[in-house]
Formats: sequence, C-alpha cells, structure tokens
Amino acid sequence: MSDVVLETKGLVKHFPITQGIVFKSKVGAVRAVDGVDIQLRRGETLGVVGESGCGKSTLAKLLVGLETPTAGSINVRGEDMVKLKGAALRRARRNIQMVLQDPYTSLNPRMTVGDIIGEPFEIHPEVVPKGGRQRAVQDLLDTVGLNPDHINRYPHQFSGGQRQRIGIARALALKPEIIVCDEPVSALDVSIQAQVINLLERLQDEFGLSYIFIAHDLSVVRHISDRVAVMYLGKVIETGHDQAIYEQPTHPYTQALLSAVPVPDPRLRGLRDQIVLEGDVPSPANPPSGCRFRTRCWKAQEACAQQEPLLQIRERSPHPSACHFAEIRDVVRGR
Amino acid sequence: MDVLPGVDARAPLLEVNDLHVEFRTGYGVAKAVNGANFWLSPGETLAILGESGCGKSVTAQAIMGILDTPPGYVTQGQIRYRGVDLLKLPEDQRRKVRANKIAMIFQDALSALNPVYTVGFQLGELFRKHRGMSRADARKRAIDLLDQVKIPAAKVRVNDYPHQFSGGMRQRVMIAMALALDPEVLIADEPTTALDVTVQAQIMGLLADLQRQRNMGLILITHDMGVVADVADRISVMYAGKVVEEAPVYDIYARPAHPYTRALLESIPRLDMKGQQLSVIRGLPPALTDIPKGCAFNPRCAYARDACRQDPPPPAYQVSVQPHRTARCHFFREVLGE
Ligand SMILES: Nc1ncnc2c1ncn2[C@@H]1O[C@H](COP(=O)(O)OP(=O)(O)OP(=O)(O)O)[C@@H](O)[C@H]1O
Ligand SMILES: Nc1ncnc2c1ncn2[C@@H]1O[C@H](COP(=O)(O)OP(=O)(O)O)[C@@H](O)[C@H]1O
Ligand code: SF4
Ligand code: SF4
Ligand SMILES: [Mg+2]
Ligand SMILES: [Mg+2]
Repeated sequence: MSDVVLETKGLVKHFPITQGIVFKSKVGAVRAVDGVDIQLRRGETLGVVGESGCGKSTLAKLLVGLETPTAGSINVRGEDMVKLKGAALRRARRNIQMVLQDPYTSLNPRMTVGDIIGEPFEIHPEVVPKGGRQRAVQDLLDTVGLNPDHINRYPHQFSGGQRQRIGIARALALKPEIIVCDEPVSALDVSIQAQVINLLERLQDEFGLSYIFIAHDLSVVRHISDRVAVMYLGKVIETGHDQAIYEQPTHPYTQALLSAVPVPDPRLRGLRDQIVLEGDVPSPANPPSGCRFRTRCWKAQEACAQQEPLLQIRERSPHPSACHFAEIRDVVRGR
Repeated sequence: MDVLPGVDARAPLLEVNDLHVEFRTGYGVAKAVNGANFWLSPGETLAILGESGCGKSVTAQAIMGILDTPPGYVTQGQIRYRGVDLLKLPEDQRRKVRANKIAMIFQDALSALNPVYTVGFQLGELFRKHRGMSRADARKRAIDLLDQVKIPAAKVRVNDYPHQFSGGMRQRVMIAMALALDPEVLIADEPTTALDVTVQAQIMGLLADLQRQRNMGLILITHDMGVVADVADRISVMYAGKVVEEAPVYDIYARPAHPYTRALLESIPRLDMKGQQLSVIRGLPPALTDIPKGCAFNPRCAYARDACRQDPPPPAYQVSVQPHRTARCHFFREVLGE
C-alpha cells in the first residue's frame, strides 16, 4: 500500500542477561520486543497499549534508532532503516522523531530552550542555514503555543505542560513525517493533559503527521488513535481500528485490560462486566510456552500451551487477534 | 489500646476543621493547605480529589502527624478523632493513635517498607510491640494477615524481603501492615497511581472488601476521576489547599457546583468527544507562595468576574441541605444552571 509510511516486520529486541564481571557470559535474554509487525499510515495515529514492561518503550526506541534490533526490519518509505548506513541513515532518521514522557528529566537543565529546540539543526545543518535558525526556533515556539520571546529561558522556568510543548517543538524541528510519542501526557495533570492532546491533534492536521502514540491511559489512547495495537510480553496480541478494539475486543487480554479501566461515571458502578486478572505479568526473560497469556487466561486450554497463536483474522475475530479462541465480548457497554 | 482521654463515641469518627499548613522555605512561605474542611464516618469512603500540588498529601500527613517539620507547620485548625483534637496531644499519645486508630498507605510501597527485614518480621514486630505477642504468635498473625490481603502461599512468602515482591504484591503487604492493628480510619494516598490498571483493579477490590468487613472509614486520595466514580461515597475537591466543593459522588458527577470541578470533569476524554477538541482549563495552578487574591481559581475560571478578584468566597456556601453539599464559589447557582 502506498500510504504506509512505516512498517516493521518481525522486529525483535533481546537484551542479554550476563553473569560474571570480567568474563561476561550470556545466561539468557530479556525478550523485550519479540516479533512485532506494525504498519503506520500517512496522517494516522496508531495507539500502543499494554501493561508495564510489555515492551512499548523498547519498541519506540527501536523505531527512532535509539536501540539496534536483534532481528527484523523497519521500513520507512520503502527503505529498511536497519540496513541503512552513514548519510543515508541520517537522512532517514530525520523523518522519524520522538517525544518522551518525563518533561522534568528529558530536557537538559543547562541548555536554553532555544538551544534545546535548535539542537537538531546542529546535527542536520542542511535543514535550516545557520543565519535562519533563531527565526526557525521562534517559529517553532509559536507553533506549539509558547511565547517566542522566551527563547533564552531555561527548562526549570517552565511548567510540566510547557516543557512537554518544548519537547514537541524539538521533535518538529526537522519536519519529520512521523513522531513517536512515548507516554507524552502521562506525567501531566488532567487539565494540562487536555491542552497537550489538543496541540498534538492540531499539529497532526496542520503538518499531516503520523503518530505512534504510547500510553497506559486507555481513554486517552482511544481519544487520539485511529488504530490501536495491544501488546503483551513483547508481542502485539490484537490490533485494529479503535472502535474494533474498544467495542469488539476478541483477545481475552484486551478484554481484561479494558474491563479494568474505571469509568468516570458513578451511575455505571457495578454494572460493568469486570474481569479481574489473577497474578502478575510473567518475566519476559522466560515467557510461557505457546500462548504467553495462558498463565493468566481464564479460557486457556491444552492447545494454548502447545501452539503459539498467530496474530491474524479469525473466524470469530474480524480483525487480527492472537488467540486460538478469539471471540467478541463487549466489556465496555454503556460507556 | 487504652482509651484516649476525652474520646466521645458519639462524636464524628474524623473531622478536619479549617486546617492550615505552611512550608517556611528559602524562597518564601508556601501555603500548602489553606482551610481544609471535611469529615469521615465509619464504613464510608471519602475521596479527596485534586491535581498535583493542591495539598492532598500534606493534609494526610497533618492528620497522621508525620508532617516534615521544619519546614512544614500546622498554623491553624483542628483534627478531631472522636472529638479529641489530635493537634493538642503529646507526641507519645499521637504515636499510639497513629498505630492503632488511623493508619496510612502510600503511593510508593517500596519506600514505606524496610528493605533489610523480611515482610514477616516487619508485620510480626507490630504485634510484638503493640500487642505484646510472643514471636510465634506474632508470626502466625503475620501469615494470617498476608492471607487476608490475598498473597498466594503466605506461609512461604512471609520469609521474603520487600524487593522480592512485585509492585502490586508490595502494595498488598503495605495494606497488611496498615491494617495489622485494626485501625478505624485508613488513609490511602494514591495507592494505585504507580500500578497497571489490571493490578489497580485487584487492589481497589481488595480495599473495598477489607473496608466492608471492618466497617472502616476510608479516605482515598487520588487525581483519577474514574477510580473516584467507582468507589467513593462522598468527594471533597481540593484546589490550592482548599476544599472547593464537597458532595455525594452521584451529585458531583451529574451536576458539579464549582467551576473547577466542572472544568475537571469536562477535560476527561469521553467517547462522544472523539474527533473533537477536549475542553481545557486555561493557565496553570497558582504558585503556593503567591496565591491570587480573592478566589484562588479566578485567573483560570470561566465564570470569574470582579467580585471574584476582590472577595474570597466563604468556606462553604450551602448548595443543598439534603443531600449535604457545599461549594466555595460566589456563583455556584450559575454553575448548577439555576
Ligand atoms: N537496556 C535494557 N536492558 C535489559 N532489559 C531491558 C532494557 N530495557 C528494557 N528492558 C526490559 O525489557 C522489557 C520491556 O521494557 P520496556 O521499557 O519496553 O517496557 P514498557 O512497555 O515501556 O513499560 P512501561 O509501561 O513501564 O514504560 C522489561 O522487562 C524491561 O525490564
Ligand atoms: N517537605 C516539603 N517542603 C516544602 N514544600 C513542600 C513539602 N512537602 C510538600 N510541599 C509543598 O506543598 C504543596 C502541596 O503538596 P502535596 O500535598 O504533596 O500535593 P498533592 O496534592 O499532590 O499531594 C506543594 O506545593 C508541595 O511542593
Ligand atoms: S490462546 Fe488460549 S491462553 Fe491464549 S488468550 Fe487465547 S484462550 Fe487464552
Ligand atoms: S468565586 Fe468566582 S472565580 Fe471563584 S470559582 Fe466562583 S466564579 Fe470562579
Ligand atoms: Mg515505557
Ligand atoms: Mg500527593
């Protein structure tokens, strides 16, 4: 398809677990991302959700080149980023930028806002000639709703929401097509969160951006996403349009996750079809055989331990679901 | 525990009245709590809702008597347990109240548990120290409690250290510690904020069960309006160190009386808002060293007018008597749409 701007195939990242200090020997691997296929189309937002430690941030880092994959490919505009080198790689990287969660630690406290936002121009000097940089930075500040006159201030002089705007301005500097947002509003209060979400949506319309939007707040993801991928222990286990995932989830994990989200309406108290999962997520260093969710799944059968369910469209799942017994169950009725 | 002098069984379980707390720091006096009022009855869940920095945790610390002093000082008000003003008690009696009557759990369980002792030892210590139990009996009670908070294989896990538990299990251990001496009041300060929703559901379910069994009063401090809608009986909404609205949970969600509550509810992403802009509260919460004159919310308020910039609204306009509702706003009738 021509409008696919980013596609991963079989993307894997294993972190080695080593023993010994001088002569390190590999005794195992944390399978943080373990075979992920995703597609991102022009101008759309793909939401990524899942419990802590399921590999969301590692996936984000792979996409922007902060980690090198153990296996698999990342295609951007028909080029495999994993295979690119030198100038070609740098040019390709320009196109995919990142916004991070923590507005308090992700900005260098000793650099001015102007330097922070303008830093990408130092690395990619071809984008804006030196003489035009101050102007470019001021335009960016204006674009994200900050005062262009504050170019010489330091990060501590801004609030959390404003710092997140600085991070967004920096991500926009090189005019990328794709922005990967890893929990961009999670550290912010609700009232400020809404301001940042509105900004991200406005910028998407204005510049035709595509977003990968990672968050643990499922209602925020629903609000902003066109499609959603649900991850569990390094794999995508269900994916589809936001409506399909939220209203017709077919994977038991997605159903449990959605049913656990409290609804901000006391009239629905006790009326929800709540599935309380037992226990914790198993260690990604030693995932269960067959289906990785089987240790917590109330539908697990013999077959689930033997055979790994592939992420595919199934008889009872109109969108891809990695469960042998995938079946629609609407857990959020009335919402 | 021996009865506190002056305890009146007919007085409210817990009552906070006109509480003021300030931090005297190098950069000025931060007025963290500026006249907080609320009360709590047995078996009831009161949610204290508000954005970060509005004074929720400081209020809880003042009730517990664990305020960071200096720089923090209670400068005004009363905190009454069954009629007894805790702020007037000598420290040794305060400590007894803390252990036996009012307990607290925190957002970060790891920092509240001692890393060098097993969970069983820490729990057992409570029974030995406060109940004079033998080592063996204390251990039995510890296992019993871990069972109650649904730690699988409690008999084995009692010998583990805090770091050997997952985040959700640690939270259960902390709940066990807080409930060990059968308190009448439990204050839970953002108990699930650091946890995944699936684990949050487990913990909130557990808290609700334990509260029912023990008819305990629960103060749930949170900024999550979903959690509040799920478990609270009543809500106190805080802004800049003041309770700006209090009401039963159904009333507040159906018809908020304070502009801040209303704006908060409107800024949550909802299904029918898909593809639209979220409504925002303009600006930022004030610096607590420099709280605006008049109503503290006035620079951000959509209803503000001259009166709001001059006169602070009185502590509690009565919105309705039955149910009991109050709001700290000159124009609450307008907000209600009356
Ligand atoms: N550099 C690393 N070395 C070893 N293990 C790592 C490394 N980075 C991540 N991991 C492990 O990989 C797994 C996935 O981590 P990741 O940070 O991607 O999770 P996440 O989904 O972003 O979680 P969260 O919701 O908590 O942010 C975890 O088990 C984590 O401990
Ligand atoms: N030990 C302290 N020293 C100085 N200021 C403090 C201290 N503890 C809390 N504060 C300030 O008091 C205000 C209220 O804090 P807190 O009650 O923790 O807010 P929250 O509502 O998020 O729980 C904040 O401005 C905070 O910075
Ligand atoms: S494959 Fe089996 S264990 Fe896995 S989610 Fe489906 S039913 Fe559950
Ligand atoms: S008193 Fe005035 S400024 Fe304060 S909340 Fe009411 S309308 Fe808004
Ligand atoms: Mg992460
Ligand atoms: Mg707090």
